[in-house]
Amino acid sequence: MPETNALVNKAAGEVTAPEATRGGIYYTPRVDIYESADEVVLQCDIPGVKPQDVDLRFEKGELSLHGKVQPRPVPAEYVEEEYGVGDFHRSFAIAPDIDAGKISAEYRDGVLTVHLPKQERVKPKRIAVQPG
Amino acid sequence: MSILTRWEPFRELRHEARQMRHLQRAMNQFFGRWGIDLPEWPALAVSYPPVNLWEDDDFVYAEAELPGLKLPDLEITVTANNQLTLKGKREPAAPEKVEWHRQERGFGSFQRTIQLPVSVDAGKVEARLDNGVLTIKMAKSPAAKPRKIPVKAE
Repeated sequence: MPETNALVNKAAGEVTAPEATRGGIYYTPRVDIYESADEVVLQCDIPGVKPQDVDLRFEKGELSLHGKVQPRPVPAEYVEEEYGVGDFHRSFAIAPDIDAGKISAEYRDGVLTVHLPKQERVKPKRIAVQPG
Repeated sequence: MSILTRWEPFRELRHEARQMRHLQRAMNQFFGRWGIDLPEWPALAVSYPPVNLWEDDDFVYAEAELPGLKLPDLEITVTANNQLTLKGKREPAAPEKVEWHRQERGFGSFQRTIQLPVSVDAGKVEARLDNGVLTIKMAKSPAAKPRKIPVKAE
């Protein structure tokens, strides 16, 4: 998808300043994004985040997700340490085709699902063809 | 194209070695996938899930991130030779016939066996899964626990 990559790179170059002021350690959560006729769905793994600690915001065309991980009892020393524990953060530029007022989200078992409904005008429509 | 993602693979380079390993693993799994044509479900890495392991005087603890799973989806076994096995399956959540923009999360079956540092009592294993984080607490065998030796003053 070369077209997609070009758009993503452009988006990445545009916004970096807000992140620098935050400080701290964040992990970039993994996402799946798929599109059906009516909506775009974003699913994101943020294990360890409690439902009340999911902060999802939409502002100026940007959907931003911050998941705060409450500190867990951490040992002084690990026998094996294969992954790090910390907050999750990731932002997404949302196209104007999305009806921002109708964005909804649900969180279950460490997975956040965001529904981004398309505006009526961009939904595919079947055009009735009358017999002549 | 209705949505753009800001993908920032280098964000974590700023952090310490622990984060570097985290990133390395993510990159391996991420790039390891593109050899397969979508929408075929990518197989999970052999070492899935990553596990953190620690102990105190009485217990050995194992923790793994398994978002999207519930406890009944998991098979957890501790064998007599002190191996912990995690077995499970993550189902694809998306309906068929959708257009994919981004696919970074893995699906499929996994099985992982970890050698425990000490002998544990297989009958005293507790597991809980909260918000996608699995924690297993295993009681050490009496022989494996540290013993305090009383020292008599002459």
